[in-house]
Amino acid sequence: MNAPVNYDPSHEAWTMPLDQVDPANPARFMAGAELPYLARLRRDAPIHYTQQNTMFGPYWSICNYNDIMQVELNTQVFSSSWAHGGISVRDRPKELRIPMFIAMDPPVHDDQRKVVQPIVAPFNLAKFEALIRERTTMVLDSLPRGETFDWVEKVSIPLTTMMLASLFDFPFEDRALLSHWSDCSTMPVEANGFIKSEEHREQVFGELLAYFTKLWNERVNEPARPDLVSMLAHGEATKNMTPREYLGNLILLIVGGNDTTRNSMSGGVLFMHQNPGEFAKLRANPKLVDSAVSEIIRYQTPLAHMRRTATQDIDFNGHKIREGDKVVMWYLSANRDGTVIEDPDAFIVDRKRPRQHISFGFGIHRCVGNRLAELQLKILWEQLLARFPKVEVVGEPKRVFSSFVRGYSSLPVRIPA
Amino acid sequence: MPTITYIEFNGTSHSIEVENGLSVMEGAVNNNVPGIDADCGGSCACATCHVFVDDAWLAKCGTPDTQEKSMLGFAATAQENSRLACQITVSDALDGLVVRMPEAQH
Repeated sequence: MNAPVNYDPSHEAWTMPLDQVDPANPARFMAGAELPYLARLRRDAPIHYTQQNTMFGPYWSICNYNDIMQVELNTQVFSSSWAHGGISVRDRPKELRIPMFIAMDPPVHDDQRKVVQPIVAPFNLAKFEALIRERTTMVLDSLPRGETFDWVEKVSIPLTTMMLASLFDFPFEDRALLSHWSDCSTMPVEANGFIKSEEHREQVFGELLAYFTKLWNERVNEPARPDLVSMLAHGEATKNMTPREYLGNLILLIVGGNDTTRNSMSGGVLFMHQNPGEFAKLRANPKLVDSAVSEIIRYQTPLAHMRRTATQDIDFNGHKIREGDKVVMWYLSANRDGTVIEDPDAFIVDRKRPRQHISFGFGIHRCVGNRLAELQLKILWEQLLARFPKVEVVGEPKRVFSSFVRGYSSLPVRIPA
Repeated sequence: MPTITYIEFNGTSHSIEVENGLSVMEGAVNNNVPGIDADCGGSCACATCHVFVDDAWLAKCGTPDTQEKSMLGFAATAQENSRLACQITVSDALDGLVVRMPEAQH
């Protein structure tokens, strides 16, 4: 399943020529076989250049924690800008690129981010807490006992979708659209899923924008209130956005608030199942929930990478990165970097420094919603421990065809009767 | 060794002797003072060691650089006297420094 990387020197990842190593291949992520290739690069070429990938073209891989930190902090040389192709290894066709603040550099990035950031400030988090608890209780209480069901479908998707609806103050009865749009945004055409072509994706984005434009028009003439649409409509740095920019920021907030937490909600159940000793530790001492949540987020790394583009030639720790080169920071690899994280391949709910992981990124683009995500996961585990002796995984999880979103489309489980 | 006083948001005060050369953040983390998360470990890359420096000490703590200012810009409750504790190096000149924690680190 998702076993730690057991070093097998005969595995292809360790024997193939270094220049052939292509860690961004989404098929390996779908097969749950991506980790050994990153482990190889950490050992033999932590700053590595893949000459050719049919989906993504050439790209650099940055695999160590400290090197990634350097890239994160040097936003002048390592740009996030959508104009260069944005923040994932996949470039959208030039004419279809979409501006959004995660894919911008200072100062515009900073100004737009500050508009939405208060939604997760301590005051609003405290407000959300009771609501999250109530919904989590409701969802868990409705689960069947003694029969197999899909944790992704029955728990992870409903909980994250309800949260998103509240953040946008989105019509609750239409909330399934939010997770649909989230999936449509991130799904590669090659995944043979719902999105058949980039034209098809643009059509779905058109529907998303039309729906949210209606909400904008309602709220722009009302007093400002703490929901993301109203905040964008009234924010000094966002009120004059082009429709395309509004679309981009909506996609960012939908995907950011959805996929990541959803996949950590699923991953946690899988890891506890695979590590019964750790689950027993947590059950015996529920005070460990906070650190268990951080460990789940590290171990899952729900966004496997973020990408930057070099704006000038640079000698980066002995490697000549050229202007225009695509630079992929493998968070998934840095989270397994043994020089920074002790015994990194093990899932340990009571780590000494559990918050040190890189899943939220670092620097100015660090995840805005990190504290909300942690709160959602914490409440889920508190309520789960209060109700169920355990959640057994009874079949292989289905993983997503993507080297950006690292997640699950299904996870068959059973709660003992 | 200089003594640094950390005051939690709830008012609990911790006076700790911290070795010269360590950061104010390390002084808290090494001594299990709650309220400073320090997720990035001291790289000025996360703003989770945010503290308010008592006015009397502000000038002695130096001026935040561009990176620190930009990270502080994203701290939920930043004020004029906000600093990142990982960017303040403990020295004899800071003996008696008082820093207060925000409601939450973000």
